[in-house]
Amino acid sequence: MNREYIAIAAYMLVILALAKPLGAYVAGVYEGQTPFLERLLGPVERLFYRLCGIDPKREMGWKRYAVAVLLFNVAGFFLLYALERLQGRLPLNPQHFPSVPADLALNTAVSFMTNTNWQAYSGENTLSYLTQMAGLGVQNFVSAASGLAVMAALIRSLVRRESPTIGNFWADLWRGTLYILLPLSSILALALISQGVVQNFKPYVQAAWLDHSAATAAVPTQIIPMGPAASQIAIKQLGTNGGGFFGANSAYPFENPTPLSDFLEMLSILLLPAALCHAFGSMVKDTRQGWALLAAMTLLFLPLMILAVHSETAGNPALTRLGVSAAAGNMEGKEVRFGAADSALWAAATTATSNGSVNSSHDSFMPLGGLATLFLMQLGEVAYGGVGCGLYGLLMFVFVAVFVAGLMIGRTPEYLGKKIQIFEMQMATIVILVMPLIVLLSTAVAVVTAAGRAGAFNPGPHGFSEILYAFTSQGNNNGSAFGGINADTTFYNVLGSLCMLLGRFWMKIPVLAAAGSLARKKASPPSAGTLPTYTPLFVLLLVGVVVIVGALSFAPVLALGPIAEHVMASGSLVR
Amino acid sequence: MNAKAGSRGLFDWAIVRRAVAESFLKLSPKRQVRNPVMFCVMVGSLMTTGLFVQALLGRGEASASFIFWVSLWLWFTLLFANFAEAMAEGRGKAQAEALRKTRKEVPARKLSEPRRGAKVEMTSSQNLRRGDVVLVEADEIIPADGDIVEGVASVNESAVTGESAPVIRESGGDRSAVTGGTLVLSDWIVVRVTSDPGESFLDRMISLVEGAKRQKTPNEIALAVLLAGLTLVFLLVCATLLPFSAYSAAAAGRGSAVPITILVALFVCLAPTTIGGLLSAIGVAGMDRMIRANVIALSGRAVEAAGDVDVLLLDKTGTITLGNRQAAEFVPAEGVAEKTFAEAAQMASLADETPEGRSIVIFAKERYGLRAHDWRELEATFVPFTARTRMSGVNVHGRAIRKGAADAVEAWVKEQGGIFPASVHAVADTISRQGGTPLVVAEGPRVLGVVRLKDVVKGGIRERFADLRRMGIRTIMITGDNPLTAAAIAAEAGVDDFISQATPETKLKCIRDLQAGGRLVAMTGDGTNDAPALAQADVAVAMNTGTQAAKEAGNLVDLDSNPTKLIEIVEIGKQLLITRGALTTFSIANDVSKYFAILPAAFVGVYPALAKLNVMRLATPQSAILSAVIFNALIIVFLIPLALRGARYRAVGAADLLRRNVLVYGVGGLITPFIGIKLIDMILKALGAA
Repeated sequence: MNREYIAIAAYMLVILALAKPLGAYVAGVYEGQTPFLERLLGPVERLFYRLCGIDPKREMGWKRYAVAVLLFNVAGFFLLYALERLQGRLPLNPQHFPSVPADLALNTAVSFMTNTNWQAYSGENTLSYLTQMAGLGVQNFVSAASGLAVMAALIRSLVRRESPTIGNFWADLWRGTLYILLPLSSILALALISQGVVQNFKPYVQAAWLDHSAATAAVPTQIIPMGPAASQIAIKQLGTNGGGFFGANSAYPFENPTPLSDFLEMLSILLLPAALCHAFGSMVKDTRQGWALLAAMTLLFLPLMILAVHSETAGNPALTRLGVSAAAGNMEGKEVRFGAADSALWAAATTATSNGSVNSSHDSFMPLGGLATLFLMQLGEVAYGGVGCGLYGLLMFVFVAVFVAGLMIGRTPEYLGKKIQIFEMQMATIVILVMPLIVLLSTAVAVVTAAGRAGAFNPGPHGFSEILYAFTSQGNNNGSAFGGINADTTFYNVLGSLCMLLGRFWMKIPVLAAAGSLARKKASPPSAGTLPTYTPLFVLLLVGVVVIVGALSFAPVLALGPIAEHVMASGSLVR
Repeated sequence: MNAKAGSRGLFDWAIVRRAVAESFLKLSPKRQVRNPVMFCVMVGSLMTTGLFVQALLGRGEASASFIFWVSLWLWFTLLFANFAEAMAEGRGKAQAEALRKTRKEVPARKLSEPRRGAKVEMTSSQNLRRGDVVLVEADEIIPADGDIVEGVASVNESAVTGESAPVIRESGGDRSAVTGGTLVLSDWIVVRVTSDPGESFLDRMISLVEGAKRQKTPNEIALAVLLAGLTLVFLLVCATLLPFSAYSAAAAGRGSAVPITILVALFVCLAPTTIGGLLSAIGVAGMDRMIRANVIALSGRAVEAAGDVDVLLLDKTGTITLGNRQAAEFVPAEGVAEKTFAEAAQMASLADETPEGRSIVIFAKERYGLRAHDWRELEATFVPFTARTRMSGVNVHGRAIRKGAADAVEAWVKEQGGIFPASVHAVADTISRQGGTPLVVAEGPRVLGVVRLKDVVKGGIRERFADLRRMGIRTIMITGDNPLTAAAIAAEAGVDDFISQATPETKLKCIRDLQAGGRLVAMTGDGTNDAPALAQADVAVAMNTGTQAAKEAGNLVDLDSNPTKLIEIVEIGKQLLITRGALTTFSIANDVSKYFAILPAAFVGVYPALAKLNVMRLATPQSAILSAVIFNALIIVFLIPLALRGARYRAVGAADLLRRNVLVYGVGGLITPFIGIKLIDMILKALGAA
């Protein structure tokens, strides 16, 4: 038990230790300071600009920037959709998979384009290698890079004074991909290959059963899927995408074979989102501000992570009563090679970051473990949140916290010298408001329609949790699956797509609009009357705002789901 | 009127009575729709009232008495919010009525051309237009706002300022503006009208104090946006609970969907009704506090901006220093006994009624024990100060004693064949350099010594500036003095910076430079030449004694014409924002405990195990919900005094202030309702209502 917590502490320390060097590097990339890699990749960067006819120095106002983001994503969506629909007739399809059905193709295209990576399919029996690589793999990179780009634009707007522009989207997108995501995922992919993650274009292997008693007439041999997995898994973890190459995601041995690969993949989940805080601090030329955000994120993450780990390692009381030892913890739906604590830590990290990859079945978590993963998403994916979008999401909460705190000290609220006024409040309110609206409305639609109710496999509060989780995950662009729900139906595919689109773009557009307005403002120099936004007090206030908004929006549904399940289970009433 | 208003308590019985009536009138949907939070509460109240009627007909979703009590308290919530607003407006309305009485129609003597002897046409004040010229004589009421073009008069402006001592108004210079509705006590003036009927200063003041034309300030709108957003989320949270609980009930095979009455109750408790209900009262009360400080805010924006000010530009004279200089030292010339010199200096000043003169007499008495004689008893002749001689003094028993500026006295001494010693020159120069004013005293051809006059910094001003510094506000002193004098006074007063030898142009430039650096600047001014700087400043306080141009350029008018008022205005501006922030925090923090009261009560039918969440151990589900609703309504009433008086403001740094307010309103807001709801539940139980 204690050993597990020491391992978790070590994991957190590594994340925090890497935040500074990586953050400083990221800041350099978006400030256009040529990092050492530019000598190597500079020609590639310039070639891209020349091929696409882009002038990277040409600045954009927020509207142009937003239009570029949207156009790029729409184009990405159609490309991916076409690829899925046509894969039957395209090469690199050794298993001869037919084209993906329209509603599933729609859901998957939206899912990867929005960095959600909700998967209503299993990769190994649905998608060709071409679709995986050229379709999903590409979107894994660029959806993360476009999140980074919007973040960079927002940070610039806080740094610039009276500027009509917030940067060039194409340059931001490409530099983020080329200098940040590609090098990191190359390193990780190689490390994963060394651990045994597959990376090939071979057809699936037919193997005889090792245990002959398992062979049946229907399944005389077993099929072992292959494919270019390592390259995709690296970016899936680093870019908070989470869409597994295989259906079982990182619980599958070829996707995550060893404790070391597990540690590296888990490290990659929090790596960039945590480091971006320091990138923020160095871009605004006040690293204290970055550390304050990182502290707030960590304070939000830790208690819920510990709740998950604790509830999973404590075991299932219903089984304990039957005389099963609780020493291993609640092992239902978990890989033996990872154990309960590791699985719970992964579950917390993946839901906290809008990553969504899994190495265990969240559906089989204890009610409180499930509650922790649900609530981490319902906080709005801001601790630590997706690559880029976690930080800009938290900054919107910062505006609200600054606004309330600013009023309480008797000044028009300001953040980093920029006044937070009506327009910023409108945008922040939209960003904070849209997510609960999407999640609650779509869940409500699901429970009142027969098609929605049919999806849940379990009765009672657990069934409710399953539906709630599905829409919480999609509305927050997380993409992790609770499981226990039949997600590949027209109803869930279409409603889910809608959730993912609204969840992504009704955040990005207001964020860019706020950036446009902030960039145009003057900055007032700090004085003794200025609210300091790097103090422990402000960090606590920010945490309070995030928790209270999340709790007030979701307490009733959590009470009807995991909390009801927990109080019933702990009071000898188990379904 | 203002003196009276100031002494009036927070709850004047007449105002309360009127506010109660107003609370009902304000229930009209047209008024409620302006406040989205309270409008939603009203829709909820109408729904539960409908459900009550349905229950009476025997088809209710819950017992009729339960729905009745919930509905009743929801209506009370609305009425209490209306009452708060009516209370805040009440005082303004009372003042407006008093002002209206002074705005009555009066006869006016319209002149055909702007001079006293011109042809007179009798008309009414209602018919006067901008540009008309009128003659006003003693005991007549000035018919319209305007500038004096000819004449001088003493005017009683108590109708506007509340100050009954008459003031002098004269053509030319900075005291030429007159306000319609004020009374000429003596002499006559010719006034050029500067406002059309309905647009006069008094009209603007009436609409301001009434709050009728009150425009929402930017921060208020931003807050309203946030509150509306939260309300929308809560609306959806409660609305979706209907299908969620129906689903859960079906899945559990027990209980039923949560009744709409309970969902409405939950919504009203969650919606930020406390701040939503008090928001406009806070705004009106803020304006009212300005008015009680005798400051007329010509825009709400200015009041708010006052709280944001980074830099105060303050005129030295009258703001930082008392308007006049005082004797601080007697430096006798070589060979003159100190006491002889002191006596002569006192003698020369006996008849001098200027503050400087009086201070010399007092200084001589205090320092040298010289009794002040009555100069008339001494049969002395007073020689007054003239612009030509630039000296004053006395002729007594053949002695001619004069005091004045060094060069003036030098000329006078030399004229009589005396010499002006170089040492006296040196002393005078030193005094100048140290920021003082040298006054040379001579008797006949003999120079006796130099009196050092110095500016006297107002008592307590240094502490005020220290307070401001802690608040993060820089003070800059503006003076026409030379840099040396200015530096000396700046150091003594403790201002952060100063501008010497200031002209209107340097003032304007200074403001522009500060603003370019992102700072918000406040200043006071009264003269016409201040107008450009006033127009440029973010917060511009014009003195009521000032010119019409200055008053037009400013966005606040100080009726007391007290330049130190600026500091008070900053505090009122900050207090306004703090009150809003504090109540917002309190309102949202309250919600946590309301969930603990209502959620177990609402869901216990479906999942009895959820009764464990009833941490307050409230008696029954009904009493739990009712207690939360009653608490939610009553807290508005309890907070009305805070909304009207404003949260306490202390001149401390931002971090300290935030810590204190988060503790009081944030943490306090979390805890208070747990106690309140439990208490109400106990009372309900005792009454047998539970």
